[in-house]
Amino acid sequence: MYAFRYCRPHDVADAVARLRADSEAKLLAGGMTLIPSMKYRLAAPSALLDIGRLAQLQGIAEVDGRLAIGAGVRHVEVAGSRVVQERIPELAVLAGAIGDPQVRNRGTLGGALANNDPAADYPAAALALAAQVITDRRTLAADEFFVDLFTTALEPDEIVVRVSFAVPKRAGYAKFRHPASGYAMAGVFVAELDDGIRVAVTGAGPCVFRHGAAEQALAREFSTAAVADIDCPADGLNADFHAPAAYRAQLVKVMTAEAVGRALGAMTERNVAPDASSRGGIR
Amino acid sequence: MNTVTPTTTGSAGGSDPGPDSRSAALADGGEPLTPVSLTVNGKPAHADVASRTLLVDLLRDQLRLTGTHVGCDTSQCGCCTVHLDGEAVKSCTMFALQAEGATITTIEGIGTPERLHPVQQAFSACHGLQCGFCTPGMVMATIALLERHPDPSDEQIREGLSGNLCRCTGYINIEAAVRAAATRT
Repeated sequence: MYAFRYCRPHDVADAVARLRADSEAKLLAGGMTLIPSMKYRLAAPSALLDIGRLAQLQGIAEVDGRLAIGAGVRHVEVAGSRVVQERIPELAVLAGAIGDPQVRNRGTLGGALANNDPAADYPAAALALAAQVITDRRTLAADEFFVDLFTTALEPDEIVVRVSFAVPKRAGYAKFRHPASGYAMAGVFVAELDDGIRVAVTGAGPCVFRHGAAEQALAREFSTAAVADIDCPADGLNADFHAPAAYRAQLVKVMTAEAVGRALGAMTERNVAPDASSRGGIR
Repeated sequence: MNTVTPTTTGSAGGSDPGPDSRSAALADGGEPLTPVSLTVNGKPAHADVASRTLLVDLLRDQLRLTGTHVGCDTSQCGCCTVHLDGEAVKSCTMFALQAEGATITTIEGIGTPERLHPVQQAFSACHGLQCGFCTPGMVMATIALLERHPDPSDEQIREGLSGNLCRCTGYINIEAAVRAAATRT
């Protein structure tokens, strides 16, 4: 990895100012993606601004009927949070199934959203739960936040401060993990909100997206049968060594039904939480 | 094995590369070093590190705690697992400077050859290792797992060790060791 300067901004405003002063500087939170990227020399920032300890980015609270989680809150904290478990249990389950325990002890919500990895779990939850991404300067709806592969609507000097999730009437998340990497080859988050059904798909395409046909079918009838024959168009889905687009489209269909089943309380955690049952071994 | 030798800042002089010749060389090349202070295995430790010095390199190269291994260096294998303020982390995926003020426990800090930690005893008794390279990370991950789940299910064991790879055992005896340790601790 190339050399860089390390500094710890004392608050969000200081971090923004430093980003503005140096366009090659990058934020460091958990570092679970950034540090490996730097080792591979895919990233070579001039400076790292370590915001991992900023108190402004911490905290989980229910605010006006929504759940607000600080951008610096780690996956392990979301997974173990009593208020998350009570209000959006499926979000706690999702957070507890990201990566592995060591990754969850470092990785953060804000980092995961800002990185917008096409196979990351959190973007699916954010999009399905109509999240509002609150930055140092504005509020972005999840529908406008996720733009494209590893691309968000954030300005280069903009920092995610917290994320506010709608509390759903019911929700379910199911993912089909790549057996080696553990990343979702297709992950589907289904949520019934006060104002409708939202279905978000991660892992299958270049960027998280909403599955409109499934949303319409579930609005008519919220059941696994309602989505059993709802196809996800394969056009534009990821195709690689591991799975062609048509296979991912099929995975989306199956995971959608499983997510609905989980929302209905009828499914086990087979495709989400402790995952070894589908792998036959630790890894 | 419990001794941490703090590197003394500045005493190495300009010509002696000191315990960490790489960082010193980098410093000669103009890369600035920054002091970092942390507690390692119960003892205060101080060192001067480059920004890009990984926590595992500080532990191994400067503090000479070579029980923590680097297997993949890409966050996959978990051989470098240590405890940071009581939680398991991969020390290859963290900069030393991020650990400023933190409390670190490495494999050297949990037991001695004469008085093995119960998890080490269990790995020994159950043959939960073959070449042993992954074992320090496995043991540290297992200790953290058993703190979360003192009586883990098979699924919790597998999930709890999903960040650690073993290329020898096929995991059967590792799982047995975790089960055995759960009854000992």
